[in-house]
Amino acid sequence: MSAPLLEVRELAVHRGRTPVLDIPSLRVGPGEVLALIGPNGAGKSTLLLTLAALLKPSAGTLAFHGEVLDSEPKRQAYRRRVTMVFQDPLLFDTTVRENIAAGLRLHGVAAEERLQRVEATAAQFGIAGLLDRSARQLSGGEAQRTALARAFALRPELLLLDEPFSALDPPTRGGLLEDLGRILADTGTSALLATHDQAEASRLANRLAVMKGGRILQAGALQQVMNHPEDPFVATFVGMETLLQCTVTAAVEGVLTLALGGHELIAVGEAEVGDPILVGIRPEHVTLSLHTDKTSSARNQLAGTVTKVIPWGPFHRVELDCGFDLSTWVTPQSLTELALAPGRPVVAAFKATAVHVVRKGHHGGEAAQT
Amino acid sequence: MDLIWEGLRKALELLVGLDPEVLGITLLSLKVSGLATLISVVLGLGAAVAVALNEFPGKRLVIALMNTGMGLPPVVVGLFVTVLLWRNGPFGFLGLLYTPAAIILAQAVIATPIIAGLGLAALQHLPPELRLQILSLGATRRQLVWLLLREARLPLLAAVMAGFGGVISEVGASIMVGGNLKGSTRVLTTATVMESSRGNFEVAFALSFILLVLAFSVNALLTHLQQSRRPR
Repeated sequence: MSAPLLEVRELAVHRGRTPVLDIPSLRVGPGEVLALIGPNGAGKSTLLLTLAALLKPSAGTLAFHGEVLDSEPKRQAYRRRVTMVFQDPLLFDTTVRENIAAGLRLHGVAAEERLQRVEATAAQFGIAGLLDRSARQLSGGEAQRTALARAFALRPELLLLDEPFSALDPPTRGGLLEDLGRILADTGTSALLATHDQAEASRLANRLAVMKGGRILQAGALQQVMNHPEDPFVATFVGMETLLQCTVTAAVEGVLTLALGGHELIAVGEAEVGDPILVGIRPEHVTLSLHTDKTSSARNQLAGTVTKVIPWGPFHRVELDCGFDLSTWVTPQSLTELALAPGRPVVAAFKATAVHVVRKGHHGGEAAQT
Repeated sequence: MDLIWEGLRKALELLVGLDPEVLGITLLSLKVSGLATLISVVLGLGAAVAVALNEFPGKRLVIALMNTGMGLPPVVVGLFVTVLLWRNGPFGFLGLLYTPAAIILAQAVIATPIIAGLGLAALQHLPPELRLQILSLGATRRQLVWLLLREARLPLLAAVMAGFGGVISEVGASIMVGGNLKGSTRVLTTATVMESSRGNFEVAFALSFILLVLAFSVNALLTHLQQSRRPR
């Protein structure tokens, strides 16, 4: 394993006497893109500002390439190798060209190289045609592209992105996410992305950390955290909407039979008979039909009734009562075909592998701190 | 109405004829108020930057004092400067009272809070995260200050104009610390007061017109600077 680019230890930030950030340990490796997701006020921005050496922590250390940033000159030098992009593009009141050149001027890059880097970076971000435009006249997407180009022109080793897409409309955001993902991969730049959107995180990141109340609840490889949340909050935040507290009644070769009220669920995992267990089900793994299908590979087939149908963008969100609450997505076509409406009896089907073991033990306690 | 036209005619006559006394008074006004403004820009902007960029206990009180200072009555400043420079006063040994330097000093005291107060408002109006963004692009402290001043250049030039406008037009302090001495400390405003009190209205008008033209020209120049380097 290569040495971490950035390593944080026992980091704490207080606002007045209130602790707002408590990060025992965090590492970012070379070429890694780590998404920090969590609700507003989870401490994502505070963490990024601290990692950008723009906010002094009240305790703890920050090490870059193994060297602890323990003096102002070191922090200043570090700020020339790491750049932050904010939600607001914060462009200077001048042309796009001068905006992209701004950081290079601060770094004292000679005119010839500066011009060449500005042109090259603008081309990467698809704004080469806007170089002589005033920054005041840009659309939201163009302005954010300019802000990203201004940061990238410096060839930072680490890019800190504080919700840079959240003010953009979906098509603009999609295009920019795609371009940024490609540029990050092409240049091998490490990045930390703060967002409250799990879709955005999964498009850019290869690692994921879920934050709440100034702490990291769980961090790991993207798919690991998405599919194996260790905590009820993490589970709901990564889109596992249904969480069920069950008891293990049988465990045979990694297949668990779970009791939930009068119902039975089949899940995949390891546990002891008699164990209480918390499982999660993603709505996209649940399909609906009118009758039980014996030939289906879905080992869980539960009868229930529709309680709510909510239009949700291109899909509809359907909530069911199967003895417990379960939700799923359906297309407008299925909605019509199955005549889904409140009161309609249906069969909800999902595979044993769709029932994720979130945590053994009882729901309700605080997440164990690691 | 006749009085006004007569004043305008007289003013043109004095100007076109390059009346040495009027020319001297005009140049002295320009020099004294220009220098006072320059000093105020250095001190006022320095104070504005220091207050804007630092957090310290009592910051609100300092800001409130700066804002109060914007409304300092010139006669009050004149009185204090006179007392300080009085022959037996603490700075009497400098022998500055009734010299142009005394007027410059008094006018700088008047303009500094104006430029500091409006300058601080200009800097505080910038997005709070802009400072972090600039630092994150690798700026040193000095580069940060320069970029922030550049971003706030429009309202900052307005602050400078307000400072200059305040001192070129004030009469109270100038007459108290300058004494309106002919050929030495007589500026446009003090001369206007004197001519008016003597009933020489056309001369007073002439001086007033010159004052207006002067204020307009300087502000037009600054406005040109303010608006020209702005990309459209």
